[in-house]
Parts: sequence; structure tokens; C-alpha cells
Amino acid sequence: MRRTLLEGLLNRPLTEAPPRDGDAELAALAQEVERAAAASLGRSLSIRHVDAGSCNGCELEIHALNNAYYDVERFGLHFVASPRHADVLLVTGPVTQNMREALERTYAATPAPKWVIACGACAKDGGVFRDSYAVVGGVGAVVPVDLYAPGCPPRPATLLKALLALLAGRKA
Amino acid sequence: MLTPNSLQSEAWSEATRRLTSGEARLVSLWADGDDARMALFEGRPEIAFFRCSCDDQRSFPSVGASHPPAIRLERAIADLNGLNPRGAPDSRPWLDHARWPIRHPLGEAAAVEGGEPQRYPFLAAEGPGLHQIPVGPVHAGVIEPGHFRFHCSGETVVRLEERLGYVHKGIERLMAGADLARGAELASRVSGDSSVAYQIAFARAVEMATGVAAPRRAAWLRGLMAEVERVANHLGDIGAICNDAAFALMHAHTGALRELVLRAADHAFGHRLMMDRILPGGVCVDIDRDKREALREMTMAIRAKFPQLIELYDNTASLQDRTVGTGFLDPDLALRFGCGGVIGRASGRDFDARRDHLYAPYDELRFDPPLRREGDVNARVWVRIREVEDSLRLIAQILDRLPHGPIQAETEPAGTAGEGWALVEGFRGDVFVHVRLGEDGRIARCHLRDPSWFQWPLLEAVIEGNIVADFPLCNKSFNCSYSGHDL
Repeated sequence: MRRTLLEGLLNRPLTEAPPRDGDAELAALAQEVERAAAASLGRSLSIRHVDAGSCNGCELEIHALNNAYYDVERFGLHFVASPRHADVLLVTGPVTQNMREALERTYAATPAPKWVIACGACAKDGGVFRDSYAVVGGVGAVVPVDLYAPGCPPRPATLLKALLALLAGRKA
Repeated sequence: MLTPNSLQSEAWSEATRRLTSGEARLVSLWADGDDARMALFEGRPEIAFFRCSCDDQRSFPSVGASHPPAIRLERAIADLNGLNPRGAPDSRPWLDHARWPIRHPLGEAAAVEGGEPQRYPFLAAEGPGLHQIPVGPVHAGVIEPGHFRFHCSGETVVRLEERLGYVHKGIERLMAGADLARGAELASRVSGDSSVAYQIAFARAVEMATGVAAPRRAAWLRGLMAEVERVANHLGDIGAICNDAAFALMHAHTGALRELVLRAADHAFGHRLMMDRILPGGVCVDIDRDKREALREMTMAIRAKFPQLIELYDNTASLQDRTVGTGFLDPDLALRFGCGGVIGRASGRDFDARRDHLYAPYDELRFDPPLRREGDVNARVWVRIREVEDSLRLIAQILDRLPHGPIQAETEPAGTAGEGWALVEGFRGDVFVHVRLGEDGRIARCHLRDPSWFQWPLLEAVIEGNIVADFPLCNKSFNCSYSGHDL
């Protein structure tokens, strides 16, 4: 363990972005998220994820947001355990009939002001599961959606972009 | 040609007897029209199939009555097909939460008259001081939804009962009548983390049904994607298990390695999770020398870093204190349930579909699925660690020896009626797909059985007697799929 910790201290972080090195698009995005978050919500934004019926592909990419490369927490964006602590609901999947009530109740439990991001193609309009008896439709069919993050699943960089767009919109 | 009813039911009872006595393992149980169908392992690479036509009351003799692993599958048949497993021990609905607009979507679907969903009767545990803890369907982390009902005595779990079905999307109904491309698209999204495994299983089942084989290079590329998927998921799981024991350092490092794998997959195949890359008859993407090198570099980067992380896991006493001896899965139980994947192999069930139902490219590759017998969280971590190493070796072998040639079969598999099946080892265990094509070449019935069907029930057994605080650890070390199970 000592060796791992020591290396961690001595080596350059894996974390990408801020301008000097790494992925340019991500760096630009990252900077903007920081600015917009500070302007409208102070220094933090709490995100509660709700899976309303996804295939779990979106969850994998949301997890990636927290890895050392994307590291969303450095912008004050963090995932919380309860909707009562959340500013943003990040909803994945088509909304299944069996999850509809749970999503409605989670939304109701989130204090205003609150925003909803529909994450991924299924969350937009049901995606490939659109025509099923077991699916209500996209997230917008159940709760009001402020923003849609495209992709199947969305790339982590796209998810960052979505958070940015939401914040920029709120500021205006 | 139809088999006379009496012969069918004789064979059905004999199959049930063999399951009960432990001579055979259940692969799956589903219904097609008015027939209940069952697939068994009998220790040979072939799978034995049985069918039982329902009687006038639309019922068939329950398998679950004497073989518990079949119980939830039968409850699903009752919900989806409206067939009644005669003598079944549990008649509660399973996937149907009384919220769909129709009943029996795969059988004679009938509209539902409006009405309030019924309260689900959980199994009771009674005694002085017992209390219940309801958890979910919306959980505290970034995970899928499901409900867990704990009965506890103080900190100790007396009984856990799962209630699943929240992410039921009706995939098998969407499959019915779909063309093969649409079928592959759906198969790719049964469980996002096992996308490659499902794509391969679906493609191979269709190839068996149509008699069209994928070319050799395509089979090798499929194997390559499957191993990349396995490495990515195991790395994620190893870190997540440690994270649930509050050891975030490991999670940070494996998360970074996992990202390298996904980026390499993206670069080589054009999609981080490799969705929509495999079609019946072959694969849709080829890789050139540059992409091969990128994959090779990824494996080398992981090989360079991974030993240090293994040492970190092995030498951290506070972490071992949480994982060793926690969440013990009895090897007898793992065997009886035909529990596949890491969970089975950590409890002494020496089964790996890649080896025991040999399919290309594994017939030409060297690999050695690890086996442990301790059955605790620690054993499940170690099996994952060894499988990461094994898969990295497989990736290297495939990259070295990737055969030349086309990546799509010359004739498209289509236009013929037939049945086919495939069993594919995903990172979570054996994925089973059975497909029946109609005269028009479209899918008439496609049944997809996730390995989680035989793992979820065991989680209930594993947690008994552990403390509530160890549930996340046990659950993560299983990492069953909700979506693959609920379908």
C-alpha cells in the first residue's frame, strides 16, 4: 500500500482537462461547467441518479464520470444518495410501467428548484423499447425534462456537456 | 412432427427427476405458445431439450415443486405466457406488478381492467425483536432498481427476500415478429454490461437455426470483443467491491484501468461498450494493424499496473477483514442451482461455457478458468483477479494469431424456418439464447436467459446470518443483472 500511495503522490494525476494537457474538448467543457456552476448554484450541484428501466449501459458511463479521467467532483458536481439532497435528477432508461410510480415519487421527494436530465436514447422517447407494452415511454412522459443527453449510452464527455448546458440555461 | 402428449409428459417428468436428483442442471425453462420448454445440461457439450404441451387448463407439471431453481422461471412463465405450473410452490406473480395494460403478453394477451396494483405479500419471518428494512426500488447508488426486504434481528439478517421485475421492458415480446437486424439490436441491450455476450449468443443461435456459419475471422473478433468486455467489467467489479468496504483507493485505480479498456474498445471497434458490433453471419467491424496495436498497448498498460493492485488487495488487512469469510455461498447450493460465472467458480463449480461448450475461437486458444472453493467475497474477488489475467492472455493470443479472411458469411442468414440455441460465457456467467424462426425468416420466439436467474436466489441464501452492513459487499461481489433478469 505504501508504494501505491507514494506513486500516487509522485506521479502526475490521470485526470484530464484543465487546458494545459489532455483532451481539448473535454478541457474546454470542463472549464465552462466550472464557471456556470459557480454562477448559478454557488460551488456545488447535487445529482441523484434514477434508473427508470435502463439496460445498465448508461449506468456504466455515469460511473465513468467519477473515474480519475473525468472526475466530476472537482467541479462541485457530486452524486448524492437521496433525492432529498438533490438539485438534479439524472434519469436513465425508458420508463417502464413497473418503475413509473417510483420515478414519480422520487421526483416529488426532490426539493425545488430541481432539474431533470434524460440520459440516453431510451430516456428521450423509449429508444429501442419504445413500442413495448411494458414501457410508458421516455422520461418526459412521466416527469418534466429540462435536458436530454444523447447517445446509447451517452459518452461521459457528453454527460459533462449536458450538465454544462443545463447550468448555462439556468443562468440565462 | 408432433410428439404425442403422453410421451412428452413422461420425458418431462423424467427430466424433472434428473434435475431433482442432481444428475442434470437446469439451463432454462420457458414457454412457446402452449408448450412449456426446458433445457438441461447433462455433463456433455450438447444440451438436452424437453417440451410439454399444456392440457386443457393450460397447465403443465411444475418443475419448481421439486427443483427450487425453476421456481422464478415458472412464475415468469405464468406472468408472461399465462400457463400454469401445476403444483408450483409459489403462485405469486413475479415480473407482472399489475401495472401493464395487458396480461400474458407472450400468450393470449388480454387487456387488463383498471384496478389498483395489489400489495405484494412478502414471506414472513416472525419472532421477538425482529424488524423489517425495505430497500428500493430506487437505491442509494448509481445502480439498477429492485426491492430488497430484510428481516433483521438487531444487525443480523434473518431473511432477505428480493422482489424484481421493475426494469421489465418486454424484450421477448418485442423480439416476436422482428427481423434479424432488429433482434440483434435488442439482444445488444438486454444487459448493457454483457452486450457482447448477448450479441454473440443471439448471432450463434440464429446461425444454428439457419445453418449459416460465421467466418473464422469473425468468430475470432467476437472472442476478442468478449474478452475485452470481460476485462472491463471485472476491473470495475474488483474496484466496486473494495469501494463498498470503504477502500476507495482500489476503486480509483481499477476505475482508471477500466477507462483504458473502454477507450481501447472505442478506438478499435467504434463503441465503448461494443454495442451493435455483431450480426448473425459475422461481425460489422474489422480491425487493422493500428487498432490491433492500440489493443495490445492497453493490455500491456494493465499488465504493468495490475500486479501492484493485487498486492494492494492482498496486503491490506482492514480490507481482508471485510471480505474473508463474508457472504459464504455453499458449494452444494451453487452446484444445485447450476450457478455460473465467477460466483459458481468461487464456490467450486468448475464450469465455463467457453471450455465446456467449446465454441470458436476458444477451441484454438489456451486458457485456464480459475477455481476456488471458499465461496466468500474474497474468493469471488480472487476469481475475478485471475480471470482478468487469463483474459489478457487470451486477448494477446487472439491479436497474435487473428486469421485473415472475410468478416461476414457470403449468404445472409435469413428466410428459413428453424430453431437454434447458444450458450456463451459472459463476464457474469453463461448466457443462454434459444431462437425459433418462422417461415418468413423473422423471429417467432426468442428466449434469453441471463445467468442472474440462478444467482439472484443464492444471494438471499448468502446474506443470511451476515450483518446488514455487509449486504452491499455481498451484493456487489455477486453483481447480478437486474435488466438481464427482468428482461
